[in-house]
Amino acid sequence: MAVIENIEMQDVEAQELAEARKRKMMAVAVPLGTALGLIALWQIGVKAFGVPTYIAPAPSDVAVTFVEKFPILLENFWPTLFESVAGFFVGNLAAILIAVAFVHSRHVERAFFPIAVFVNTIPILAIAPILVLIFGPGITAKVVIAALICFFPTLVNMVRGLQAVSPQALELARILSASKSEVFWKMRLPSSLPFLFSALKIAATTSVIGAIVGEWVGADLGLGALIIDATFNFNSPLLYATVFMSSGLSVIMFATVATVERAVIRW
Amino acid sequence: MLDGTNMDTAASLKRASVRFGSLTALQDVSLDIESGAFYTILGPSGCGKSTLLRLVSDLIPASSGEVSVLGKTTEQARLAREFAFVFQDATLLPWRSALKNVELPLEIGRSRGIQLPVGTRTPRELLELVGLKGRENALPHELSGGMRQRVAIARALVCQPKLLLMDEPFGALDEMTRDRLNLQLLDIWRETGTTILFVTHSISEAVFLGQKVVMLQAHPGRLRDVVEIKLPDPRTIKMRDTPEFNQYCGYLRDLLETC
Repeated sequence: MAVIENIEMQDVEAQELAEARKRKMMAVAVPLGTALGLIALWQIGVKAFGVPTYIAPAPSDVAVTFVEKFPILLENFWPTLFESVAGFFVGNLAAILIAVAFVHSRHVERAFFPIAVFVNTIPILAIAPILVLIFGPGITAKVVIAALICFFPTLVNMVRGLQAVSPQALELARILSASKSEVFWKMRLPSSLPFLFSALKIAATTSVIGAIVGEWVGADLGLGALIIDATFNFNSPLLYATVFMSSGLSVIMFATVATVERAVIRW
Repeated sequence: MLDGTNMDTAASLKRASVRFGSLTALQDVSLDIESGAFYTILGPSGCGKSTLLRLVSDLIPASSGEVSVLGKTTEQARLAREFAFVFQDATLLPWRSALKNVELPLEIGRSRGIQLPVGTRTPRELLELVGLKGRENALPHELSGGMRQRVAIARALVCQPKLLLMDEPFGALDEMTRDRLNLQLLDIWRETGTTILFVTHSISEAVFLGQKVVMLQAHPGRLRDVVEIKLPDPRTIKMRDTPEFNQYCGYLRDLLETC
């Protein structure tokens, strides 16, 4: 009996695997096909209507510029990468630590949460010049802006995650006479990780936005500076190539966080 | 040691009451739990079955009266890990493997010098005891509901509790799984010699498992009766078709209706 069941199980499993593979391929093929179709439409449209390059360059022009100007793009890519990553770490670390303090003490939460909300309501574009004035035109202001933009979503998610332990798990902890720190390390922190990672995935892309906004306000180097430069020189193909490079940076950041998430969260 | 208790009593309640504000959940319950026996607790909903277990396990305090476990206060007993609790929901930590979940009670309290009663069985052996050999590294979401509950039972046994408190542990399982786990639990009880307090809302489960059925009545929760079940040991599934078994069930059903 058991042997027969096993064989059937394997058959069913193989079938399921094949179907899953097919679904996975379709999941990639459909959006990729759509994107390629839209790019083709764009190329045909620009050529057919004779749109000037400085208004909207054809995808082929952008591709040529991307290859030709790749050394310049790369030179401007590294500072933005550094600012984004540094901002990502600083902002999220601060958010995590403050979330821990909030969960630890209701008073701290009551005192500081409204301030956190207020800071979050200030548009990043409005606060960026202030931060550049405070920290100067160097890299610090950009890191701070990137950190600031990551901060709030992570704070809110982390607080929720740390409170996501079921009441019954807390009763179990009480029956085992667990201390507050044991409950934190063995229950609250692990159960907050899925929440933390959904926030980190948001932060991965917003930190890039923060760094670029910081560079707009004042920088000689960086993708943000290059965007401003290309716009003022009506160098649309370079502008588009830079935008492409920026979203590539976001994708790399996002993919890195998603990979770490898959490795850490197996449940 | 509190007076009036001896070592043959696993737990003792003396005119114990629990009130939540104006609501009386338990009123004047006096009950001695004989050491090594299997007690089932039965009663209509709202009669305070769970409250009784929570009271004994120091999750809630008595508003009046006295509760002791093995001659100690419930707090002392909790700190000494004299009892363990199995919830209706397995309450496993989803990021820990079955084995790591069973090991959890051994990891907690060690740094603060809480004396852990050393079990004669290792976590691995306990998983074998509940029939989960080979699934040590499975995560809870990879196990069925019945398997998860068995992991929870293994976790409860890891500190060799003298008293095992179970709050409708098989309530969410299908009947066949439930039958199998009932038999397994009786084996475990016989092998470990632990005292069991088992809350259920199923009359036949109460009769099948219990040497004694503690009947509670509702509004407010009070002790109605303690019915001794004189069925031969070990119990078998077939026994449920005997007239004696059905007589007990009928008697308890009548009693329950007047509660």
